[in-house]
Amino acid sequence: MSETAATFAHQHQFDDAEQQRDASTLGMWVFLVTEIMFFAGMFTAYVVYRALYPNAFAHASHHLDVVLGTVNTTVLITSSLTMALAVHAAQLGRRGAIVTFLLATITLGCTFLVIKSFEYAHKFHEGLVPGPNFAYTGPDAGQQQLFFSIYFAMTGLHALHMVIGIGLLAYLVAKAQRGRFSRAYYTPVEIIGLYWHFVDIVWIFLFPLLYLLGRHAA
Amino acid sequence: MDASLPRTHYLNADYGIRSWLFTVDHKRIALLYLVSITVMFLLGGVFAGLIRLELLTPAGDLVESDTYNKLFTMHGIVMIFFFLIPSIPAVLGNFLIPMMIGARDLAFPRLNLLSWYIYVIGGVFTLFAMLIGGVDTGWTFYTPFSSMASNTNVIPTALGVFISGFSSILTGLNFIVTIHRMRAPGLTWFRMPLFVWAHYATSLIQILGTPVVAVTILLVGIERAFHLGIFDPQLGGDPLLFQHLFWFYSHPAVYIMILPGMGVISEVIACFSRKSIFGYSFVAISSLTIALVGFLVWAHHMFVTGMSVYAAMIFSFLSFAVAIPSAVKVFNWTATLYKGSVSFAAPMLYALGFIGLFTIGGLTGLFLATLGVDVHVTDTYFIVAHFHYIMVGGAIMAYLAGIHFWWPKITGRLYPELWARIAAAIVFLGFNLTFFPQFILGYLGMPRRYHVYPEEFQVLNVMSTAGASILGVGYLLPLVYFIWSLRYGVVAGPNPWRATGLEWQTPSPPPTENFPETPVVTEDAYAYDTMEVQVV
Amino acid sequence: MSEHIVSTKIYFAIFTALLVLTASTVAVASVDLGRLNTIVALTIAVTKAVLVILYFMHVRYSSRLTWVVVSAGFVWLGILIAFTMSDVLTRGWLAAH
Repeated sequence: MSETAATFAHQHQFDDAEQQRDASTLGMWVFLVTEIMFFAGMFTAYVVYRALYPNAFAHASHHLDVVLGTVNTTVLITSSLTMALAVHAAQLGRRGAIVTFLLATITLGCTFLVIKSFEYAHKFHEGLVPGPNFAYTGPDAGQQQLFFSIYFAMTGLHALHMVIGIGLLAYLVAKAQRGRFSRAYYTPVEIIGLYWHFVDIVWIFLFPLLYLLGRHAA
Repeated sequence: MDASLPRTHYLNADYGIRSWLFTVDHKRIALLYLVSITVMFLLGGVFAGLIRLELLTPAGDLVESDTYNKLFTMHGIVMIFFFLIPSIPAVLGNFLIPMMIGARDLAFPRLNLLSWYIYVIGGVFTLFAMLIGGVDTGWTFYTPFSSMASNTNVIPTALGVFISGFSSILTGLNFIVTIHRMRAPGLTWFRMPLFVWAHYATSLIQILGTPVVAVTILLVGIERAFHLGIFDPQLGGDPLLFQHLFWFYSHPAVYIMILPGMGVISEVIACFSRKSIFGYSFVAISSLTIALVGFLVWAHHMFVTGMSVYAAMIFSFLSFAVAIPSAVKVFNWTATLYKGSVSFAAPMLYALGFIGLFTIGGLTGLFLATLGVDVHVTDTYFIVAHFHYIMVGGAIMAYLAGIHFWWPKITGRLYPELWARIAAAIVFLGFNLTFFPQFILGYLGMPRRYHVYPEEFQVLNVMSTAGASILGVGYLLPLVYFIWSLRYGVVAGPNPWRATGLEWQTPSPPPTENFPETPVVTEDAYAYDTMEVQVV
Repeated sequence: MSEHIVSTKIYFAIFTALLVLTASTVAVASVDLGRLNTIVALTIAVTKAVLVILYFMHVRYSSRLTWVVVSAGFVWLGILIAFTMSDVLTRGWLAAH
């Protein structure tokens, strides 16, 4: 550990900066576990209904735009890269690079949300929002509604997490521009980075489960 | 003993309402919780009183059926989410854990304060829902009634419970990080007080379970608000899916409610037997085992729902298994008492009562894990008696044991011992009179959640209601004498019980920073045998 | 968490792998492999997630406690799904006589 890290100011309840950093990181990991379990409930609903209604789910999945989904997946993966590079820059104390990579991450995040909103708008127009206005009336309409309920609930919750993530990143940009981060202290960048990667991982699972079902089917 | 309180301590370090509402001192936050959960307990008690009043007669004559549904629903929601789950961790855990491990505060003091505010906001939403007419779904919110059919205030109530869940999550997160990262030098895991082990295990459950019920309640709310049919049977939705998701948390939740109590009991039994807890490491590991296996048994709440018989058998077997670590604790506490130098101060009376009543409650749990018996008694008063033996005979008595035990440390005052013992006796008597008849009622076939019942059940119901009024008196007495003691209680001194534990090495009340210097730990948790005998 | 600074070369290598895996999963989805489709898709997704966790989230260079915490999250997710499915999948077994 460098001298500056050891003498860096820390909160009163901690003995030193290293303990503070270890505690903050462990805290974020424990929080991410709660997030895993939060999404777990919805993944369970998905697995149960897909097992019960495989054909309806495959048919419903056809209405999702694989191209947009793939683009969004790529966008998010790239944003994870830029986030990792932002943390890297913070570890080396490069203020300019931190800000650049954080802004890139924000931009990619916003791109994801814009594409998502196009998808949602399209669903509204096609009458695929579950509820009394659901357009499809075939024999498995009810079960296709279940698919779309889960689709909107899961991607909606995911999008909410992204919005929060973008907010946190904007906070980081403000702090970084003021020179708050250095080799000795970059914990917020690191732990918000962990959060961002988690949101990416959720999408890594959502994409195949929602978009690539029965892609090959008739 | 010292004749006066220490000059400055955490209570007088700062004055004014802002110093309380914006505090980050874990001890002050614990007291903020103490006040709010006491309010919630009294509210839950009012609902209980109305229920028992109605059940004095076989006819549904005090309230209408719809109202009765709201009463038991709100009794359950308030008592479970706003009293039992936070109680010991948020009050005693918050106050004691940093002190027990030699730390100045929890890892995240501001998060701790946020936890309290989130709890209060959740409580406000739920209270608001009650004021505008309440909710009648049962605390279990089963779908599709809750998501589609009920015309009561499901969404505000669900929102209140959803919000309060985050309070629980953040407390658990804080405890886990604190216990991992902030133990004093020399305090290895197997030197920690069992109270800390119990809260660590509880925190694991809070972290892993609460988010699932949170998202489930969210889905019910969304379905109600936007008609997004996730649990709608007409669309192919599965009401059992809701139950799986709900009970995945709500079963481990009962361990959130009892494990901290078991931690209290370990501390009290050791102190009032003047002995180290027999089989310390077994008791420590049993807390983790309960937390783990407790996640594998939830469908025993669903045996009669039409779930798979084969899955039911697995859950039944695992439900038997989860009794084992609890039994380990009871055996070890008993072995601790054996040949101990036992005295009977109020905390010990509550602790001994806990052991007996928890054992009864736990054993009846084995009856319920047995598929054949459960088919007969599920959704009867047998179930009601079972969980009240554990939650009231167990958890609440442990909570009272802990409040009495640590009251001198928290306030610097002794409570009046004679009144406390009288209250403990009244609580014990009142409790058994209230709930033992309910085992019989359930076995005879009286369904739960009904306010109309056959004439032949009236005698037992009257006994139960009589018991409830006695129990109520037993609970009100501490409220009175604790408040009295704040002004008129004998000044306590640092260690009136001559207990082991770092928290007793500080003045009473403790200074804000707990320890002038971080202590170094060199001995095991319950070193009563090497403690100097004090000649009075 | 260690102070280990991961080189940008590794980040770009992982990034490339993630893109390749994404392309693969989309390609495989358009071929009918029956049951295998789901298994392949999930395997690829798990691989991508593991890469993000190990390298982008630095778990490869972190303490054992971190590793335990991460694993616990996924194990509990697994418990919820597996035990729930144990009911869903076997409900019909005690079929009509």
